[in-house]
Amino acid sequence: MGDSQYSFSLTTFSPSGKLVQIEHALTAVGSGQTSLGIKASNGVVIATEKKLPSILVDESSVHKIQSLTPNIGVVYSGMGPDFRVLVRKSRKQAEQYHRLYKEPIPVTQLVRETAAVMQEFTQSGGVRPFGVSLLVAGYDDKGPQLYQVDPSGSYFSWKASAMGKNVSNAKTFLEKRYVEEMELDDAVHTAILTLKEGFEGQISEKNIEIGIIGEKKEFRQVALFIFPLCVSA
Amino acid sequence: MVGKNCFAIASDRRLGVQLQTIATDFQRISKIHDRLFIGLSGLATDSQTLYQRLVFRHKLYQLREERDMKPETFASLVSALLYEKRFGPYFCQPVIAGLSDEDKPFICTMDSIGAKELAKDFVVAGTAGESLYGACEAMFKPDMEPDELFETVSQALLSSVDRDCLSGWGGHVYIV
Repeated sequence: MGDSQYSFSLTTFSPSGKLVQIEHALTAVGSGQTSLGIKASNGVVIATEKKLPSILVDESSVHKIQSLTPNIGVVYSGMGPDFRVLVRKSRKQAEQYHRLYKEPIPVTQLVRETAAVMQEFTQSGGVRPFGVSLLVAGYDDKGPQLYQVDPSGSYFSWKASAMGKNVSNAKTFLEKRYVEEMELDDAVHTAILTLKEGFEGQISEKNIEIGIIGEKKEFRQVALFIFPLCVSA
Repeated sequence: MVGKNCFAIASDRRLGVQLQTIATDFQRISKIHDRLFIGLSGLATDSQTLYQRLVFRHKLYQLREERDMKPETFASLVSALLYEKRFGPYFCQPVIAGLSDEDKPFICTMDSIGAKELAKDFVVAGTAGESLYGACEAMFKPDMEPDELFETVSQALLSSVDRDCLSGWGGHVYIV
């Protein structure tokens, strides 16, 4: 195909019209741990596996789900360090917006600016694309919203989505289970069940992370004492 | 000045350079969108430039966010823009008036480096500012209907500018 001759340089198109580096970045995302998000009628839930390399790791120090503003949270699949950099940049952009307008940044605007940062790294010299896809969950005046942002810088709004290792099974499961008028509690339950589908080993509250945002517009991580009830049902 | 689910914004019509009157029909109040007006008193060149910058910012905001700016947001923007020029300011005093969500009127003024002054009843700016404070204080009543608000604002404006040699030649009043 001759594409491999063009895979060395990010800023050169291959004859088939692709940027091979971005394809490779998507592969990096696809081998990352599964994460998913579901938009309910009164909120959004995002969740991810938190498989740590060894039992000696202090799992309470690892935060895969982060908040960008009090009413916007984000989760990723792919490379953790790249995620940290993006979170830092997005938080700064959100704060700059607030400083100018004294208003919390709308979810669409923050997603757009984060995507613009990711796109910059696909068109500059000497850099590589981010090896993460993000799921951004927020609640603002337009209601609950869920966006996926890819390494290429494209973003989509989803009712429910998954990324990472188990993406096709997870999406099929979500397609079957998704109901338009789902409430937040049902969405959390569905999210846990979807993670359980592709989970290698025993799922427990120590190896997943869940974040939710409801009508009060405060993003928070869920304390999973309700976990045993969800799984057994 | 604030009324019942409405606001009024008014200005005089004189443009002058000390004792010389240049124009008697000068537009000092401009529309940002249907529910947001800004009046810029002070140096005419600065108020024109500032207005152009604000329209530019608002148009971009409308395109990006697909909605009009709220008056409170706009006031924060004006304040930020003015403070950017803290050590070489625009010689302007803006008066901002708009209707928020649910038709709640919003007014504010600021000094030339962006110190916001929110008020629940009325705000004033310009060379006849002190007279205007007195006239508005005397004539203001809460929850006036648009017609009564118009009368009140016009009387307050005319009586104050009559006492100021640098203001006058009639008035423009907008009721929203």
